[in-house]
Amino acid sequence: MAASFAPHGHLLLLLLLVAVVLACLGTAAAAGSGEGYTIAGRIKIDGANAKGFGLPAKTSNTKVILNGGQRVTFARPDGYFAFHNVPAGTHLIEVSSIGYFFSPVRVDISARNPGYIQAALTETRRVLNELVLEPLKEEQYYEVREPFSVMSLLKSPMGLMVGFMVLMVFVMPKMMENIDPEEMKQAQEQMRNNPVSFSSLLARAQG
Amino acid sequence: MAAPPHRPLLILLAGLLVVASLATLAEAIYEDQVGLADWHQKYIGKVKQAVYHSQKSGRRRVVVLTEENVISSLDLRSGDIFWRHVIDKNDPLDQLSLSLGKYVLTLSSGGTILRAWNLPDGQMIWETNLQTSTASNPQLHVMSNNKVAKDNLVLVSAGRWIYAVSSIDGSISWEKEFSLDGIEIKQVLQSPENGIVYAVGIAGSSKLALYHLSAKTGEVLKDIQESFPGELSGEIVLGSDNVLVALNKARSSLFLIEFTSGRISYNKVHVSDLVQDLSGTFKLQSLSNGVIALQTPSTVSLLKLKNTDGLEVVQRFDQPAALSDALTIAEKDEAFAIVQHMGSQIEFVVKFTSDASSAMIREKVNIDQHRGNVEKVFLNSYIRTDKSHGFRALVVMEDHSLLLIQQGEVVWSREDGLASIVDVTTSELPVEKDGVSVADVEHNLFEWLKGHMLKLKGTLMLANADEVAAIQALRLKSSEKNKMTRDHNGFRKLLIVLTKAGKVIALHTGDGRIIWSNLLPSLRASRFGVMPSALRIYQWQVPHHSVMRENPSVLVVGKSGAESSAPGVFSILDSYSGEELNAMRLDHSVVQIIPLTLKDLSEQRLHLIVDSNSNAHLYPKSPDALDVFLHEMPNLYFYSVDILTNVIRGYSLQKSCNIEGDEYCFSTKELWSIIFPSDSERIAISETRKMNEVVHTQAKTIGDHDVMYKYLSKNLVFVATVSPKAAGDIGSALPEEALLVAYLIDAVTGRVLHRVTHHGAQGPVHAVLSENWVVYHYFNLRAHRFEMAVIEIYDQSRADNKDVMKLILGKHNLSAPITSYARPEVVVKSQSYFFTHSVKAMAVTQTAKGITSKQLLIGTISDQVLALDKRYLDPRRSANPTQQEKEEGIIPLTDSLPIIPQSFVTHSHQVEALRGIVSIPAKLESTTLVFTYGVDLFYTQLAPSRTYDSLTDEFSYALLLITIAVLVAAIIVTWIWSEKKELRDKWR
Repeated sequence: MAASFAPHGHLLLLLLLVAVVLACLGTAAAAGSGEGYTIAGRIKIDGANAKGFGLPAKTSNTKVILNGGQRVTFARPDGYFAFHNVPAGTHLIEVSSIGYFFSPVRVDISARNPGYIQAALTETRRVLNELVLEPLKEEQYYEVREPFSVMSLLKSPMGLMVGFMVLMVFVMPKMMENIDPEEMKQAQEQMRNNPVSFSSLLARAQG
Repeated sequence: MAAPPHRPLLILLAGLLVVASLATLAEAIYEDQVGLADWHQKYIGKVKQAVYHSQKSGRRRVVVLTEENVISSLDLRSGDIFWRHVIDKNDPLDQLSLSLGKYVLTLSSGGTILRAWNLPDGQMIWETNLQTSTASNPQLHVMSNNKVAKDNLVLVSAGRWIYAVSSIDGSISWEKEFSLDGIEIKQVLQSPENGIVYAVGIAGSSKLALYHLSAKTGEVLKDIQESFPGELSGEIVLGSDNVLVALNKARSSLFLIEFTSGRISYNKVHVSDLVQDLSGTFKLQSLSNGVIALQTPSTVSLLKLKNTDGLEVVQRFDQPAALSDALTIAEKDEAFAIVQHMGSQIEFVVKFTSDASSAMIREKVNIDQHRGNVEKVFLNSYIRTDKSHGFRALVVMEDHSLLLIQQGEVVWSREDGLASIVDVTTSELPVEKDGVSVADVEHNLFEWLKGHMLKLKGTLMLANADEVAAIQALRLKSSEKNKMTRDHNGFRKLLIVLTKAGKVIALHTGDGRIIWSNLLPSLRASRFGVMPSALRIYQWQVPHHSVMRENPSVLVVGKSGAESSAPGVFSILDSYSGEELNAMRLDHSVVQIIPLTLKDLSEQRLHLIVDSNSNAHLYPKSPDALDVFLHEMPNLYFYSVDILTNVIRGYSLQKSCNIEGDEYCFSTKELWSIIFPSDSERIAISETRKMNEVVHTQAKTIGDHDVMYKYLSKNLVFVATVSPKAAGDIGSALPEEALLVAYLIDAVTGRVLHRVTHHGAQGPVHAVLSENWVVYHYFNLRAHRFEMAVIEIYDQSRADNKDVMKLILGKHNLSAPITSYARPEVVVKSQSYFFTHSVKAMAVTQTAKGITSKQLLIGTISDQVLALDKRYLDPRRSANPTQQEKEEGIIPLTDSLPIIPQSFVTHSHQVEALRGIVSIPAKLESTTLVFTYGVDLFYTQLAPSRTYDSLTDEFSYALLLITIAVLVAAIIVTWIWSEKKELRDKWR
């Protein structure tokens, strides 16, 4: 895997050069499968099995897809992959690996400067110096069950109901005490005029 | 003050909906809920090659290659999959071999890609690209006991090339291109002499070339050529160690070619002298040791070589039979197996090539009737405890299933036809009758008693291990989700699938088990080699009122051949039992099938079949169906999309038909056509609304209390065209030359309602159309990202209805029917967003009443299904939504659509080679059933707005009870206090 770097434009981006293994072979081929380039790269999944949720980070499940399914290859145990005989142009590489989110990669193969290959992540527009593809994030497919807590119990509608009830029973009398005695007297007088009590309410409901 | 009784309910429901949708946009499951409402089944497809792993100890495995382009390692004891890789369709697998006892080698893409997989875990070890000319039949030859190089060489021949590849690391150790004009290498053989490889090729049509190559360097040591009288067909097999058998082009005679003696000498034998009345095509198969087999679709003849002098017939089988390859067994002898059909049994015969006329083993195996003929056999031997040889074989049946037979029994079977589903429909289960359970277990009183005895034993802890297992099985069978009866929520249904092999299989939605299966006789390959193809499956009869007691039935439509003019085949099956009720061969072809919404008196659904002469035929052929149809005929229109000629045509129906005396045949009249210019536009996709889709509201209230009326026409068709240069894959076109045009067309009048051009965009296009919107997925070459665009279409002509006065005075046109004849004033809103992944399939959730908000189901390139809320694809999303819009639930604009891992409905599963997603409404409005198929099957229940109309399984009943208890206690306590206080007050 020969790789060298060359500056490009004033962005001073480093380009990835991938060995053009098959250029001479390609011209020799009778069927004219043409001058093709090789896109070679590596998939790097860190912390294999580290935070796994029953999903071991195995490269055997990792597929590398060129141009939305035109060609599909698999990663080797060391993560390396290659597409051979790719014509010059702008291509898209996607990585499918369960449990990980990979950004698709835009790969430009220059026709004018044979062999200069430029790669950039399409999601973050980050330019890659080497075609080393790392997952942007791990994908957690399941909701995490929250541990039992008193707060979650209280937050539930039933908890709120009980809470309000308790509040009414214990806090309301206290609040009543704080009310201005004169107002209280007024209110009591009103009450006396048309006596409504909780017990009579209940009794009425029964009756 | 009394409000209408339904109003509070509606408000409550709306409130609940809002709460539910605001709570979270992603609907996910907990890890411990996996398998409760979903199931996942793994398949491999029809096996075309199998290689046994000859490991003496450890787990016995077989590596298979299938027509679904899957390579898999199976457990020989149970048929379970150890590992499996689904290779892309663009990379067809040709050959399979084992090397060094630990590598699986596959050759694909016409001999250009050679891969090695680790046998124990399926990890790819290396991949080598070979440069070959276009080859028809690449060969893979693993050299045995090669002493020349240190590691085993693998020889790949394709076209004019031979490559020798090291099987350790995949490096090419030598390559050889033969310069002879038009040569194609047919056979690569290892010579008995060490270090020499023979390559046999055919140049032109009549020249045979033989090369002796050095195995070490690939150097040509000797080069012999011989011309043959007449032309060779290219079919050439190795008869014995030194004799090749070649077939001539007229397929009338065989050449027996001796090639080892430094020159080529040959003998000609007429086939007709050996085997009489040989009809149709036949193929040669070598069984080594001088035995070759001549196979026709219905017969097999075994021939034995008499040196090069001629051939003699050893035995002939007149039943359709399958033949295995020769298998070397310990004593330098070779065995092969023949399996043939004998009524309800298959006969498994093992013979030795040294004595082909007598059978070593002859076993009869009982087999399921719905599996058809035996198509392939792969023989394997094992050493019995008494040191004699035992044989077992993998048998591939006509319905693509795979069986292992050993000692006269089927050890295991795999229903691998399910890897190639063509179409899906559903059926309701029988209604539970009062008092009597319809469950199979309880049909019989004795069985019922036994079941209850078992359960009693179980509860009294008297059951032994077997009985516990039986109780478990009973429970599973009668447990709520797996019952064979209709349920209140409509979760239990039958998924009726049609497979490529012409088999119809009913799966239970509860656990995915097979309820019945039927290999349709009308879709089986006939003896004349005509290959029928299964097309579609529809609901034929869904009984409701008058015919409630009848079972529902399904209609299977097929074609009795590959070409479009082949006559059609009809088959009607009972949905509960799978019995074929009616089968007929149509006297016309099937180009388009139009299921109508009409039904006849016996509730059979009317279907129109359009043939290649553009005549429409009505089914079922009953007088009352005709009555119903004739009444509706003036209102019936249909359209066809011709991708080849780039035309969309709309038709109406006329009474007369050219065929005399057939009153069920109607001629069609072309009303309109849209011809796309072929030099600038090619039709990429056309989509229409699902027939069974239910729309709940016609209007949409937007933030400022304004109302927009949805343009809800069943005749809306979405068509996308791409420029010819951009019709290929990504990377083949420049942004300047790529163009994607999206059309919304009214299928009755052919009017283009909306047209939008996306510059610099290209396919593949996937689209889904529902209600008044269409969402489509394409590739944006300028941004080099995938995009999803949404178009929503609104009816402007009804916009003035929002005047309340008019509504009160009855001057509104709400009740005016939507008609395609009038030119509608439509308003279109659209927007597009980036989407990260490639898409394989797209669908939208369907619910019973259409109230629940919609989710898009997107099958991504990684074979997962993502549920994306339609609200993300709202064209009214803006960067800074106003307060009103926020209240309405509009999400602030982002340039790309979010991919929330929890909203993958397939969670950690992959539906390999995903092809289709089907959403089936349940009776419960909040829930939809999702069935996804590819090589794998996946089923789950989905609630796009959460289950607002039922309590989830998660609901804590204990908490509810505690709350009630606490409230009651509190009431009592307060009451007592209140009583006491009152008493105190009275005393005061």
